[in-house]
Amino acid sequence: MLDFGFIARAAPLFAKAAELTVTLAFTGIALSAAVGLVCALIRHLRVPVLRRLVGLYIELARNTPLMIQLFFLYYGLPRLGLLLEGKTCAIVGLTFLGGSYMAEAIRGGLVAVSEAQIEAGLSIGLRRRQVLRYVVLPQALAVALPALTATAIFLIKETSVFSIVALPDLMYVAKDLLKEGHSTESNLLLVLSYLLIILPISLILGWLERKARFAGFGS
Amino acid sequence: MARLGEGLWVTLSISFTSVGLSIALGVPAGLLMASRSRLWRRAMRLYLEFIRVMPILALLFLMYYSLSSVFHVNLPARLVSILVFTLWGTAEMADLVRGAVTSLPRHQWESGRALGLSEAKLNLHVIVPQAVRRLLPGVINLTTRMIKTTPFVFFINIPDLVKVAQQIVEVAGMRDNMASVWVYGLIFLIYFAICYPVSLLATHLEKVWQS
Repeated sequence: MLDFGFIARAAPLFAKAAELTVTLAFTGIALSAAVGLVCALIRHLRVPVLRRLVGLYIELARNTPLMIQLFFLYYGLPRLGLLLEGKTCAIVGLTFLGGSYMAEAIRGGLVAVSEAQIEAGLSIGLRRRQVLRYVVLPQALAVALPALTATAIFLIKETSVFSIVALPDLMYVAKDLLKEGHSTESNLLLVLSYLLIILPISLILGWLERKARFAGFGS
Repeated sequence: MARLGEGLWVTLSISFTSVGLSIALGVPAGLLMASRSRLWRRAMRLYLEFIRVMPILALLFLMYYSLSSVFHVNLPARLVSILVFTLWGTAEMADLVRGAVTSLPRHQWESGRALGLSEAKLNLHVIVPQAVRRLLPGVINLTTRMIKTTPFVFFINIPDLVKVAQQIVEVAGMRDNMASVWVYGLIFLIYFAICYPVSLLATHLEKVWQS
């Protein structure tokens, strides 16, 4: 049956790897949200030239796997004179991918805000900037929330490929321990670690979504 | 180039086998999710949530390395990858089917019956065409997601596009310093060339069928 001695020995390794996974995931998600917001606004406000570039970026990032993006960043770029260490690669890659998904999620919210809302804001004397800040964005983000949280969870799961840029994340530890032969125990710890990371976050985000829905807008 | 072609073939055959199986299994699974039986609904929900919470790569590891030690069955890597992708695809597909079926208004069934259609005719002429329309964009999106997940098979040593690319870089890297840029850049573009038209199709269908 299960070798508990091995589990006790391996658990701290997984805890440390989980910490790395969580840190990288959260940094990547925060940066993705920022990139996504900027990109969505550029497309929404129809900034010339930039919006074409943003469109191209979104299509490229959404239609290629993160793993290939990381391979290019980690093995390709140094040849072009840009050496990134593993962690930077991971965060840049995750942000490159996540930014595009976040941008699409936010754009979905922006188009859901009705024209009447904007006109009403303008007619009570708000400036364009104020309409955007106080009328459009709060409603758009509330509508976009389910898509945003889904993207956040998706990004956490995508971190599982970080071991290809030589980062000691959960998968890396699991693969390393496989060599010692205790595959059942190490896989059990692997699954448990991901459950412990993602399940609470998914519950909290689900609660947040319901909160935002009851706040009056977003229906 | 020929080697890359072989890798591409492995990648595509795994993707399309899994997508096909997922669609075939996802439809009945989705109907179970939308069924009146509470037990079935609960069980399917649990299955879906577990699959959704787990990174596919972790599932792949679990299946590839634990099946052999716990149940003493040794499956070839390709079979395991298809199994895992199908397990995941079926769950996602089932949720799409459930969404499509439950989003149809009830009066569609009621008016069909009122017109005197038999259950078979009702399903064939009224329910299925509408459900398929609601389903198709989602299914196409799922297809691109599954294609984008196939590089994971690299981790269980299947000679897919990525593995072949890595081997080429290792060999050619000795002569050509820029090999990794070209090869990984090419792989990046190959994936884009496969997924972009498919997702364009999904967006197009969504627009056309939005009524």
